[in-house]
Amino acid sequence: MKLELRGITKRFGALVANDHIDLTVEPGEIHCLLGENGAGKSTLMNVLYGLYEADEGEIVLDGVPQHLAGPGDAMNAGIGMVHQHFMLIPVFTVAENVMLGHEETGFGGRLDLASARRRVRELSDRFGFDLDPDALVEDLPVGVQQRVEIVKALARDARVLVFDEPTAVLTPQETDELMAIMRDLRANGTAIVFITHKLREVREVADRITVVRLGKVVGEASPTASNAELAALMVGRAVELTVRKAAPRLTDDALVVEGLTVLDPRGQVTVDDVSFRVRGGEVLAIAGVQGNGQTELVEALLGLQHRVTGRVVLDGSSLRGLDVRRILDAGVGFVPEDRTQDGLVGEFSIAENLMLDRSVGAPFVRAGTVRRDHLRAFAVEKSREFDVRSQGIDTPVGRLSGGNQQKVVLARELSRDLRLFVAAQPTRGIDVGSIEFVHQRIVATRDGGIPVIVVSTELDEVTALADRVAVMYRGRIVGIVPADTPREVLGLMMAGEVPPALRAASSPSDPEGAIA
Amino acid sequence: MSNEAPLRTGDDRVRAIVREIMSGTAVISVLAVVLALAIGGVLIAATDDHVRAAAPHLFTDPGGLLAAAWDAVAGAYGALFQGAVFNPNRDGLVLQLKPITETLTFATPLIAAGLGVALAFRVGLFNIGGQGQMLVAAACAGWVGFTLHLPFGVHLALALLAGLAGGALWGGLVGLLKARTGAHEVIVTIMLNYVAFYLLSYLLRTPLLQAPGSSNPKSPPIADTAALPPLLGPQFNLTLGLVLVVAATIFTWWLLDRSALGFRFKAVGINPDAARVAGIDVKRVYVATMLIAGALVGLAGVTQVLGPARAGFTSGIDAGIGFDAITVALLGRSRPWGVLAAGTLFGAFKAGGYLMQAAEAVPIDIVLVVQSLIVLFIAAPPLVRGVFRLPDPSVGTARQDPASPVPEKVSAL
Amino acid sequence: MTTVTSQPVRLVGRSWKTPIACGLFTVLATVLFIGQGRPGETTFQLSRDADLVQLPPLVAPVGATTLGLTVVLLLLTAHAVWLAVTRRRPQIWSSLAFAVAFLVAFLTWAAAGQTLPVLGLLVGTVGISVPLVFGALGGVISERVGVINVAIEGQLLGGAFVSAVVASLTGNLYAGLLGAVVAGVFVSLVLAVFSIRYWVDQVIVGVVLIVFVTGLTSFLSSTVLTKDAAALNSPPRFPAIDVPVLSQIPIIGPTFFRQTVIVYAAYVAVVVVYMCLFHTKWGLRVRAAGEHPQAADTVGIKVNAMRLWAVSIAGAVVGIGGAYFTLGAVGSFQQNMTAGMGYIALAAVIFGRWHPIRATLAALLFGFATNLQYVLGAIGSPVPSEFMLMLPYLVTIVAVAGLAGQVRKPAASGLPYARR
Repeated sequence: MKLELRGITKRFGALVANDHIDLTVEPGEIHCLLGENGAGKSTLMNVLYGLYEADEGEIVLDGVPQHLAGPGDAMNAGIGMVHQHFMLIPVFTVAENVMLGHEETGFGGRLDLASARRRVRELSDRFGFDLDPDALVEDLPVGVQQRVEIVKALARDARVLVFDEPTAVLTPQETDELMAIMRDLRANGTAIVFITHKLREVREVADRITVVRLGKVVGEASPTASNAELAALMVGRAVELTVRKAAPRLTDDALVVEGLTVLDPRGQVTVDDVSFRVRGGEVLAIAGVQGNGQTELVEALLGLQHRVTGRVVLDGSSLRGLDVRRILDAGVGFVPEDRTQDGLVGEFSIAENLMLDRSVGAPFVRAGTVRRDHLRAFAVEKSREFDVRSQGIDTPVGRLSGGNQQKVVLARELSRDLRLFVAAQPTRGIDVGSIEFVHQRIVATRDGGIPVIVVSTELDEVTALADRVAVMYRGRIVGIVPADTPREVLGLMMAGEVPPALRAASSPSDPEGAIA
Repeated sequence: MSNEAPLRTGDDRVRAIVREIMSGTAVISVLAVVLALAIGGVLIAATDDHVRAAAPHLFTDPGGLLAAAWDAVAGAYGALFQGAVFNPNRDGLVLQLKPITETLTFATPLIAAGLGVALAFRVGLFNIGGQGQMLVAAACAGWVGFTLHLPFGVHLALALLAGLAGGALWGGLVGLLKARTGAHEVIVTIMLNYVAFYLLSYLLRTPLLQAPGSSNPKSPPIADTAALPPLLGPQFNLTLGLVLVVAATIFTWWLLDRSALGFRFKAVGINPDAARVAGIDVKRVYVATMLIAGALVGLAGVTQVLGPARAGFTSGIDAGIGFDAITVALLGRSRPWGVLAAGTLFGAFKAGGYLMQAAEAVPIDIVLVVQSLIVLFIAAPPLVRGVFRLPDPSVGTARQDPASPVPEKVSAL
Repeated sequence: MTTVTSQPVRLVGRSWKTPIACGLFTVLATVLFIGQGRPGETTFQLSRDADLVQLPPLVAPVGATTLGLTVVLLLLTAHAVWLAVTRRRPQIWSSLAFAVAFLVAFLTWAAAGQTLPVLGLLVGTVGISVPLVFGALGGVISERVGVINVAIEGQLLGGAFVSAVVASLTGNLYAGLLGAVVAGVFVSLVLAVFSIRYWVDQVIVGVVLIVFVTGLTSFLSSTVLTKDAAALNSPPRFPAIDVPVLSQIPIIGPTFFRQTVIVYAAYVAVVVVYMCLFHTKWGLRVRAAGEHPQAADTVGIKVNAMRLWAVSIAGAVVGIGGAYFTLGAVGSFQQNMTAGMGYIALAAVIFGRWHPIRATLAALLFGFATNLQYVLGAIGSPVPSEFMLMLPYLVTIVAVAGLAGQVRKPAASGLPYARR
């Protein structure tokens, strides 16, 4: 089936999310839609899937203009979607998820689960997915859940399949497998739209590339284009993909973590006997695919996890078992991975958010009352220093862009006397300009002699910022390696394999043996 | 975010200002009251005997039907006004003005309890436990009031403190259960209302609270030394309780809008996850909130027991105020001064409602209907705007009404 | 470092909730049954004279029975402690045995020297439970689709009022039942429109609706109904119908099969709601809308329409429960006659973990506690009636506090849904 988008325009108030976008996808073709976060890719796909109605333009399938009032229409027209955030119901089984929305029923309206199971098995066998139709989705690993999403689309005979940022949650190996699946589908004549911002994947699998920026198509590129060319097209100017930084000036071990183990509320081990050290003046990056214990590890350092064993020592005093308040008071600065959820109070102003973790005593509180003048002066100064762009310090942070929100978090955390700085996914979902700013501030903090931990799932960010890289897999640290370790090795480590070089160079009795 | 065009003519600007005022919350609130009173009027007219007698002649004598309906509604709402604000039929200005003091007397506990509910709302907690907190507070204050023998002032202060402590205890229990076990406060507060009610019913049959020599489940009268002194002289029912409640309003305003504790409260109310990451002990905030909220609701119980109900109280002392407080808090948009205004309005409804019932035979239950309609309308500004054909300010901006009475996190059982 | 060699101990946390609860009740048992021991014998009457099969009454010596059962309680508590220490899950059979042992001991003690009409206790329980069951079923449907229904009390009261008026006017019980359905649906529609269309918090709408219905029915009852009670407020009542054969089974027969049509409707409703929710296309979609509305939307399910329908059906179910008050039990409408039963039904929804059958069992449990208070009051109980009346509420608090964190409500319950 041939898909054409003609002049699609979608506005939200004054914001034009899609501005006359044209796109053609032929059957048996993988068409990449490349663009930064916020470039309008997802909006376009939601228009295609009937979730939004376009203000202008039309969607044409095999020459027939479509009117898609909802996802139901899109699916009936043969469009399927693999969503970035899986649209699966966790407490349902695989078969129930696949049948939902086009259920077959038997006598008296009873659900015909048997036929749904058959359909799942059939599709799963055809593509070698190995899915159990009766497994609960919430019990499945993310890679398998994604296959359920694919089966869901195929079960409705989708001829156009949209993959929205499908690799964000996958290991490099799982990503390779997904690429193979896409090629299989292409061979079967499916038209595939592959939305991503990762240049490497684009060049590997795409037949054609369309680049969008600020809601507009800015050009087409061939898969043979270089990374730098694609990046320049995507961002609109030449981008420096690396961060300039001098060699680290190291001090003694500042943070010592030994045998740290974290249990979740269900008693599952999420962080498994993790040990590492960070010295003042260096950045230790924690790499790994999302969901391999990084979140819990960082939360344990901050006192946000309750069932923690092992040792966490900062500058000679133990942090483990202290509550968050005391850990912050001990000089730990923290940028949480989900800033709107954990980092900011959306309806509070910029000024109020700047005092969020200092609402007891000096400098913002006297005699139980907030010193409003003092806070305002502080907020004005920090807004300038951290280049927070807003209509004023009374603007609710919920109305700021992602990049400006992150700058508010950074301003708050870096304004305290720090002895350790922990930044989780510090540039997730923010614009390139802000990314550069955030990276510079992180490096500046490191150069100030403060130990820094950066958690990131983006290998580019890891290699750009890190002095050393710790790779986590299934709650364990697979190894700690120098920042110039080849990407292929890091990729293998993210899948849990210990590189032979590492195995030879260290022994269990010497946990720091791998440090270059 | 502003999406305005950079250039605007003078006319446009005026229109924009008018539009802003017309779609603002104040106008919505007034219109909600008007709309609710109108529906109440329809109910009053529809159930009026004269109207029903005139109804069969709708086609032959429509004027008669309209006149009868007008008489019924005007009579009822006239009586409501006379009972609540000013009664020209009485002798002398003092007696003519007495209704407004009655309004304030009824408003006193409504405001106090409304503050307790509003404070909890702002922290994302749904305090439906006003009844229980009032009952326990009343029992504690009352017990001190009729058991101890102390000089005036000391006795009053002690009874007041006992009541506040009782309310705080009953409220704090909810906070503790929520913090410790994660039990949902809506369920716990509802259940604790009944527990308090039966507990008090039982105690009123024991020597601890029952008046000696009586077989009724009623307490002895409060000692004069513990009673709240009248504010405007003995011919009015208004007591010092009003002053206490205004003080409580000021305190709540300071707490929410100026204090560091209130800053943490609000942070937890809007985003408990971010608050926790910022080192705020969310569980402690829940307990602290419910302690203070319970004490504020307790104040409502105290002003009743040491005020209008000082001749002795029963297990019905709360008189539905605990539930009315929810509507007061919602109408006041959970802001202290808003609660003060809303409590006064509902106090007027109550004061006037009794006269309306006595003079016009319109049952006071109509007040409940009007009250609940007001809150429903206020919670749904688009509905009110639709009825009155007002412009919609949210076109092109945020989808949700920014002044929603309750933070988003309040929800979900 | 390489792969870490030492395998950490896989800790599974200890849960002390069960042993603590058992311990508290054992202490209570010791204090009541042994500390406040009562002499004599208790007679458990198991049949009525009219029954075909006559069971002889059971006679239990109070002292020995309560002592023996207290020892059993102690052993079960020790078992629960042992399970907790060895980090194992508490077992359902021991909790059940504990509850039964405590209950029997309590009844024996409370009715010492008297005859306890077991049948009357059970028959009354089913009666009192009927509105709770309908209320809980409505609550389950509503929450499963993602709308919290606090307004059960309002739907019951509305159903009671309208059914009384309609049945009085028409003289037809089934017309009254239909009126109750309409009333319940009306309250539901207000709830649905305000929470789905206007995004008002569902708990707020629920609470305000209760105030509204209470005010409206009281107002209409004192203006309209009182003026002509004979025509407007004297509905016929459903007669009890014996189910052939089944009604002759000892104990079970009189308890469950000599009831009115509304009670039988409740049995049917439980099965139908369960089947619809878990074995039909409609139920799958309802649960999808309540768990993950966005996912449901992306497969073409109209979430808000689904919610509107399901909440309306929930209102209809609760409305029938309301009719029980007027057409099944009392025979006329009285102001505020539901007296908080809607809140207990809400508690049953949660206690029953959003499952129709478990919620029904919870409703029966609460109905039993309420009726027990009446029965014990009639034969002169050593426990003040207020404490018996308090029991359902206390049990709910304990349950909510004890179960929180272990049970999962429908994930999107209480959250409005709109695209983006």
